[in-house]
Parts: sequence; structure tokens; C-alpha cells
Amino acid sequence: MDIHEYQAKEILSGYGVKIAEGGMAYSPEDAVQRAREIGGNVWAVKAQIHSGARGKAGGIKICKTDDEVEAAAEALLGKTLITHQTGPAGKVCSRLYIEAGTDIAKELYFCFLVDRSSERIVMVGSAQGGMEIEELAENNPDAITKIYIEPAVGLQDYQAREMAFALGLDPALLSHAVKTIRGCYRALRELDANMLEINPLVITGSGELVALDAKMGFDDNALFRQQKISELRDKTQEDPREMAAADRGLSYVGLDGDIGCMINGAGLAMATMDMIKLAGGEPANFLDVGGGASAERTEKAFRLVLADKGVKAMLVNIFAGINRCDWIAEGVVEAVKKIDMKIPLIVRLSGTNVDEGRRIIAESGLPIITAETLAEAAEKAVQARNEAVAKGL
Amino acid sequence: MAILINENTRIIVQGFTGKIGSFHAQDMINYGSNVVGGITPGKGGQTHLGLPVFNTVKEAVRQAGAEASIIFVPPAFAADSIMEAADAGIKYCVAITDGIPTQDMMTVKNFLRRFPKEKRMILTGPNCAGTISPGRAMLGIMPGHIYMQGNVGIVGRSGTLGYEAADQMKRLGIGISTSVGIGGDPINGSSHRDILEKFEQDPETKVVVMIGEIGGPQEVEAGIFAKEHMSKPVVAYIAGLTAPEGRRMGHAGAIISSAGESAAEKVAMLKELGVTICPTPSAMGETVAAVLAKM
Repeated sequence: MDIHEYQAKEILSGYGVKIAEGGMAYSPEDAVQRAREIGGNVWAVKAQIHSGARGKAGGIKICKTDDEVEAAAEALLGKTLITHQTGPAGKVCSRLYIEAGTDIAKELYFCFLVDRSSERIVMVGSAQGGMEIEELAENNPDAITKIYIEPAVGLQDYQAREMAFALGLDPALLSHAVKTIRGCYRALRELDANMLEINPLVITGSGELVALDAKMGFDDNALFRQQKISELRDKTQEDPREMAAADRGLSYVGLDGDIGCMINGAGLAMATMDMIKLAGGEPANFLDVGGGASAERTEKAFRLVLADKGVKAMLVNIFAGINRCDWIAEGVVEAVKKIDMKIPLIVRLSGTNVDEGRRIIAESGLPIITAETLAEAAEKAVQARNEAVAKGL
Repeated sequence: MAILINENTRIIVQGFTGKIGSFHAQDMINYGSNVVGGITPGKGGQTHLGLPVFNTVKEAVRQAGAEASIIFVPPAFAADSIMEAADAGIKYCVAITDGIPTQDMMTVKNFLRRFPKEKRMILTGPNCAGTISPGRAMLGIMPGHIYMQGNVGIVGRSGTLGYEAADQMKRLGIGISTSVGIGGDPINGSSHRDILEKFEQDPETKVVVMIGEIGGPQEVEAGIFAKEHMSKPVVAYIAGLTAPEGRRMGHAGAIISSAGESAAEKVAMLKELGVTICPTPSAMGETVAAVLAKM
């Protein structure tokens, strides 16, 4: 789960990380009011969306007068921002963070994340901030310092000092840097975050270390014990279909193609999507119905897939283990009858009670196309999709 | 032979008396696995499915000679159960539980590393379908009947895609020595590489099929191991050709978050390392058959 910049900053501030003064605004009037409260003569009006690279997408505006703040807020509120992290659909900005302008002397990059290879938390820093770390890693890998944290003892001060020196900080800033780094580490550990990025971390003209941006991502599996973090969820930043699916215990990811999929198991779902592509089609979605696919669940999954109006054909691929093919078949037949499906449906069943499952489909009298193997299922789905498109469905 | 489990392996079930634990324990018993009891703290001394219930894993080891365990404990308590098994001297543990927090798994891995290698419990999972040595023992939740006994090892992240592979091979008359699910989480007990190492040492296994997916470095690390240390051919399929970057595809670990983690990149690297690639997920059976035919 991701949270907004302002939420991450509030959290980090509580862990001793210095941030610029700021406040939330939900209207242009709010924005001007916040700017006045903050004082000074430079403000940043920042779109709060769940994505990095907001600056490049025009989501951050530096303003010097009330009028500029108002105009910036007017322009950003309600706007859909498209960054390379949001995908082509973009994300709608419905909240702004108004922040006092910071006098930047130097920009640094700093983050903590869970490293899968070493199975440890790794601290990553670079004296070249502001840029995206992927770019930096590609163009100048030597400019990046990585320090791995031993899980049994946690982050040590010497490691924080090593990082501070790698970031090129003045010795006068050392104790402040150690406090900042330790605070970030504690936040990550205590709150079950799997990512915490400050880019840029800046040294100000007056020699302070300030988090100018902040991004935190949390482990979904740990939200059960992080009540306060769960409450920070902003559903407007998440795909409504994916949210609806998650609420029903289904795992769904919307894609750009037009062949809808319902499959049990994440790996088999990905493999089936690959098969569709290899057969010349494009999948409309990833959908894992999981282990216990009851008739009710099957119907919900069908509705979810068909809610995407671009879907021209639907493929069901179930390899029943603990599931039974006859149950799945009954669920499919019921769902098709109830929903009054207009597009072609291809069903491939395999595994436990497969003969019984196939019999139920065959005897249903419904125009369901059946397949025995994965390859056959994908080919028939692509063929049915092409015929549907040719007929102008 | 086979790896990790056989007909003699003395198995216990952690989370034995719960609904899911009971269901799968019965299934494993029906398959012929040597289940010797289970753990439910507070229910020690009772009998469940005709087998003794123990309060602690240590009791089960002492009294029933337990060697392997399978975990059906809910995610919030699963890490604790895994560590209890390791501390009690269990040699092999399968964690079925889906949804264990990543930091809990970091703690578990760190805990396991504290044991000297010869005393260290092998863990596979979490979030996996388990392990089966067909015809001998099943320590998992898979449909046992789709696996034929034979000489091909399977290691994979995904449950149902592993079934698909076993099924394709069975249709071609190819059997399995052992099939191991390592699970779909970012941090798991054993990696593809760890399991390849076991298959390399198993005289019964002739070929290994590795079923990977997008995200993480494990498939490529396994490929490097295969090139440097294996005499047996490795066949691989990587799922997720159509997966977009930055989107999690069901498994917590199935997300392309950095360079080298996409299916196309992994396939290219594995090819270079001499691994035979299944061009499509429906060609896993025939690709293995072709490799076997050349031996």
C-alpha cells in the first residue's frame, strides 16, 4: 500500500526527520490560506498523487504570490496527472500540499528498502539527488552507496555515519544526519514499510538537512497489525476494479487487451495471459480467483471481467486441485445464465473431477466453447475474439 | 530416493485441528504420507483424525519422532510456528500459509541462519502448494493424482502452474521424482537455486524443470548455479511475458521493480546460461520430452 507525500512526511517528522512547514489544501482558497499561515514569500504547491516524478508531469508548482498559489491550485485540483509510474490512465489529484519554499544548496538521494537477494533491509544513498535512482544506477553506478543492515542487531550508528560521509555531508551535520537516518530506519521497521524514499534529501542554504519529498510503501501482508497505516489508504488513487476485486478476495489487474481472463493461481494466470499473447491476442486482465472458487465467487469474477466493456471474449482456465471441476462448471453455467452473457466464452477445465465438469458444461446447452489443453484454450479464445470483432460485437 | 520427503518421513501438521489443517492432513494421510500427529497449543493429549495432538513441536519430536512439518497456521502467527519447528529439530518444513509479513520472514530467515548448516531446518514456502514425491509422500495441498512417479524434478513458485507442468508430462508418460513449490512471496525459505542443488544430488532425478515468474533475482541466480555446478539439464519456463512493470500480479513477489526482472530479460539471461527454455507454457511437457530423448 502506498501513501501520499504529506502523510509520509507527517510520519517521518514524528521520527525526528526535518521537513519544511506545510499544510493541506482541498480548494484554491484553502491553498492561499495555507500559504499565508506558513508565511514567507516562496511556496511549493504540490499535487498529492500516488506516484513519483510528479515534477516532470507538472504536478509541483513554485509560487511567489497569493495569486500564483491560487492559480496553481486551480490548475492542479481535479487534474489527471500522467507520470511514467501512473501508466497512461494517470491519477487524479484531489488534494494539495502547500509547503514553504526551501533554499536548496544541494540535493541528495536517500532510501531504505527490502532487498530480495540478501533478504535484508538495504540503505541506499547518493550525493546526486533529484534524479531517479534507476537512471543514476544505469548512468553512474559508482555514485550509489548501498549499506546492508544485519537483521539481528539492526542499523548501527557507524553505518549511518558511513552513509552520511558517502552523501558528502559536512562533519558539522553528522549528528543530525545520524538522527535522520536512524529515524527513517525506525519508521520502516516499526510500521512494516517495505520502502521509504527521500528524493531529494536536501542540504539547505542555512546548513540543515531537510526531506523535500517523501515516499513510503507498506507491506500489505502486515496491515493487519498497522491499524493507523491502514487508515491512510486513499482509495481514489487505486484502480476501482482492482479495489472491488480485492474486497471480494479476488486478485485483479486491469490491462489494455480485449480477452477477459478468469484463472485459478497467479502463476497459471500469468502463463495463460502469455499463451493468449503468443496466439496473437491481448489479455484484458489478470484475474486469480484463488483456491475456493465457489459458484458465488465465480459469478463475482465474471461480473468483474465483464464490467470492462472492451472485453470481446472471455477465457476461463481452471486447474482444479482442492477445487473440483464439477463445482467450477456449475458455477460457470449459473453465472452465464444469470448474467446473460453476450460475448463468446471459452472454458478449459483440468484436474480433479474433470470429466464430470466437462459433462456439466456440455449438457448445459449453453454456447460455451470448450478446450482440453492450455494451447487449445488460448487459440480458441483468440479465434472467438477475432470472429466477434469481425461481426462488430 | 527423491528429495526432501519419502514414504518414511515422519510428518506433523502445525495448525492440525483447524478446518484447513484437518482437511489437508486427511488428504495427505489418504495419499499415503506418514503423518504421525499434529500441533495445536492447548489441545495436547487429545486425538484428532486418529492421531495424537501435541502442545509443542518439541513434544512431537520427542514422542513421535517428527522429522518434517507442514504449517497451516494463520499469517499473524506463522513465523513463530516456523521458528518453533526449527528450534525443535524438525529437518524439513513446508509453510503453506499465504500472507506472512515480509519483515517476519526476514526474522525467520535470520533465525534459521543461526543454526550450523548440518542442523539447519530446510524451509520451503510460504505461500506455496507444498512438496510431493509421487507414489511416496505428499506434504502439501496439491491434487496428488495428477503426478506420475518418475525422474523429472520440478521446482516452481506457482501451485497451479506446477500442476499444469506435471499434467503435461503425465500425458507424455513422463513422471516426477519430486515437485517442490517454493512459493510466491518476495522472501521465501528456499530459492530455486537451493532446490536445484538438492536435485543435482539426487540420483533418481535426471532433468529438472524450473517454473519461474517475473520479479526478483532467483531464477537467474539458479541459472548461474546450473551452469557452474550442475551435470543435469535444466528446463525453464518464466511466466509473465505480458505483465506490465510495477504492477503486482497476484503473488507478493511477482512484480517487476528493477532491471532484469521481466520475463523477457530473465529468459534471455537463462538462455545465455545454457538453460533450455520452454517457448510457451503449453510446451513444458514436450520440451522436457525432447531433453530426455537426447540423454
